[in-house]
Amino acid sequence: MPVPATEALGKDRLVWMYMQMVRIREFEERVKRTFVEHPGVIRGHAHLADGAEASIVGALATRQENDLVMPSYRCHGYPIVLGTSTRALMAEIYTRKDGLCKGFGGSMHLADPAHHFPGTTGIVAAGIAHAAGAALTAQVKQTGQVVYSFFGDGSTKQGAFYETLNLAAVWKLPVVFILENNEYQAYTHIRLEDANYIAGDPLSQKAKAFSIPGATVDGTDPLRVYEEVGQAAERARAGEGPSLIESKFYRLSPHGNAITVPPVPTQFQEHEAVEVYGNKAEYAEGKAKDPIPKFRAHLTSNGTFTDADAKKIEDAARAEMEDVVQFALASPLPTPEDAIKYVYA
Amino acid sequence: MAREMMFAEAIATAIGEEMHRDSSVVFYGQNMAMTDRDPFVKKFGKSRVRITPISETAELGIAVGAALTGLRPIVELYMSEFMLVAFDQVINEAPRLRYMSGGQVKVPVVFKAGFGFAAGWAGQHSNCIYHAMMGIPGLKIAIPSTAADAKGLMASAIRDDNPVVYLHHYMLTLDKGEVPDGELLIPFGVAEVKRPGKDVTIVATAWMVKKTLAAAELLAKEGISAEVIDPRTLAPLDVKTIVESVRKTGRLVLVDQAPRHASAAIVIAGEIAEQGFKRLKAPVKMVTALDTSIPYSEPLERYVLPSEEKIVQSVKSVLAAQAAAV
Repeated sequence: MPVPATEALGKDRLVWMYMQMVRIREFEERVKRTFVEHPGVIRGHAHLADGAEASIVGALATRQENDLVMPSYRCHGYPIVLGTSTRALMAEIYTRKDGLCKGFGGSMHLADPAHHFPGTTGIVAAGIAHAAGAALTAQVKQTGQVVYSFFGDGSTKQGAFYETLNLAAVWKLPVVFILENNEYQAYTHIRLEDANYIAGDPLSQKAKAFSIPGATVDGTDPLRVYEEVGQAAERARAGEGPSLIESKFYRLSPHGNAITVPPVPTQFQEHEAVEVYGNKAEYAEGKAKDPIPKFRAHLTSNGTFTDADAKKIEDAARAEMEDVVQFALASPLPTPEDAIKYVYA
Repeated sequence: MAREMMFAEAIATAIGEEMHRDSSVVFYGQNMAMTDRDPFVKKFGKSRVRITPISETAELGIAVGAALTGLRPIVELYMSEFMLVAFDQVINEAPRLRYMSGGQVKVPVVFKAGFGFAAGWAGQHSNCIYHAMMGIPGLKIAIPSTAADAKGLMASAIRDDNPVVYLHHYMLTLDKGEVPDGELLIPFGVAEVKRPGKDVTIVATAWMVKKTLAAAELLAKEGISAEVIDPRTLAPLDVKTIVESVRKTGRLVLVDQAPRHASAAIVIAGEIAEQGFKRLKAPVKMVTALDTSIPYSEPLERYVLPSEEKIVQSVKSVLAAQAAAV
C-alpha cells in the first residue's frame, strides 16, 4: 500500500502545495481583472485555471527534478509551480517584450524549457502527442524522466488522444496522461458530447480501450491527486508504460474571455452554466467545491498551519501578483522588426 | 570516390550514415522494421528504429514532441497524402512552436513522404501537395531529382534544426546515379543548373527534371539551347539563380506536376514577374498538370500530366512569342 499523501509529503511540502495553489489563483484573478482594469492590454484569448489548482499542484508535487510538463493551452498554472518567473509569464500575456516568449506566443502558447516546460499548443489534443514524443526522447535517451501530459475532457474526443494513447501503450512510454475533467468542452457541457458520461461511466473508462490503468480521482483534493498521479508516475518511471488519470473538478471561470471583434472590449462573462444554460444551481454547486478553501480548512484543522500562517501565504501571493502586474504594465512592447526573428532555427 | 546507386538506396544510405553519426536520430513509420532482420533494426536496434500503427497524427505529433526535447526523428510516411490526415502537426505545430516560443525551442524533424506516383494510383495517392506547405514559414521542403541529391538533401534535412518535409518522387525510385561516398551535404536553398543553355530557362523539380532534360535533348537537336534549373528545395526557394538565368535567356518555362494553382510554378512565376519582368522577352509559360484529380486509366493520366512533348511545345511557343510593347 502506498503511504498516505499527508504522511509522505510532510508539513513543509503541504504548506508549499497550498502556497502554489494560492499563487495560481491569485495570478488568474489578476489576468481576469486586467480585462476590466486595463482593457485592451490582453489580446486574443486567455483561458484560466481557477478550480484546477488542486489538480495541478497535487500532480506536480509528485514530480522528480527533471520530469517534463506538457499541458494544453489552459496553461498558466503549471509554469507557476515549476518556477517560471511570474513576471515574465504575465508580461507575455500582456504582449510585452519581457514576456516569457517575448510577445510571440501569448496566453495559449507558453514555453519555458529551462523550467521543464517545453511548450504548449493552442490546438486541442495536439499536445497529447507532443507529450508522448517527449516521453519517447526520455525512453530512447534513457534519461529516467517522466512526462506529465495534461489535457481537458474535450481533448478526449479528438483522434490525437486515441492514436497517442494507443502508441504510448504499445511503446510503454514514460508518460502520465492527466485528463482534467472540468465538465465543459469550451462552451459545451459534457452531457452533450461524451459517450462515457452519457452512459454514466467515468471518463477513465477510456483507458480500457488501450489496456492501460485508468483511475478517476477527486481533483479538488490535492492529496488524492498526489496519490493517484504518484503511482502512475512510478509505474511510468519503472518502464511499465502510461496510465490515464481522470481528475474531476469544476472550472470556476468561463472557457475564456468573451470573443469580441476589436474595438469591442472583451472580458470574462459569467460561467457557461449560467450564461449559456441558465443553470445557477450547477454553478453554485461547482463553486462549493472550490479546492482552495477546502485544502486550507484541511490544513488548519490537522494543525499543518494556523489561520494566520495561511493568511501570510495569501498576502504574499497578492503582493507577488501585484508586483507582477506592475512589472508587465511597465514592460515595453516588442520592437516591430523583431517579428521576422525566430522563423527558422 | 563515388558509386552508382538507385535513388531509394541513396536515401537509405543517408539515413544510415546520419544514424551512425548521431545517436539522437530515430527512424520510424508504418510497415517498416517489422522483424529483427530489418537492416536498420539490425544496425541501430529497436529503440531507434520502430514500427508504428496507422496513426499519422500520433506518428507526426510524437515526432514533434521528440524533436522538441532532443531527438531528431525521421518519420516514414510512404505517401505525402497521408500527411493530410495529420496536417495539423505538419502545418500548425512543427513549424509554429519555435516562433511562438520566441526562439526558445527548435523542432528538428524530417517528414519523409513519397509523392507524384503516376503509375495508376489514381486520385488519392499520386498528388503533389507541396504548394500547401510552401507558404508555411518555418517549414522546409526538400525535393530531389537525382540519387546524389537524394542522399545529400536527406543528410542536410536530418541535420537541419527545423522541420523538413522530404519528398521522394516514387517514379524516380529505381533511377540510378553516381553518388559520392561518405559525407554529402547539399545545402538547402541552392538550386542547381542541371543543363546549361542560353535560349530559354526551364525550371523543374523531381520527376519533371528528368522529363525536362529529355525535352532539352530533343530541343537541342533542333538547335534550341535550354537551361534546366532544379531548385532542389522549394522552401527555402532559390529565386536568385532563376532570376540570373532569366536575365541571360529572357525566357522562362516552368514545369510542375501539380495542378496549376497548387504548383510551385505559380510561386516562381510571381517572383519572376516582380524581380525579372524587364528581362523577359516573352510571357512566362507554365506547364503544369491540368486542373483535375489524377485519373486512374493510363491514357487519362497521361493527358493530365506534363510530358516531354508538352514541354517541347511550350518552349517553342515561348521562343516564338514576341515581347509585349517595348
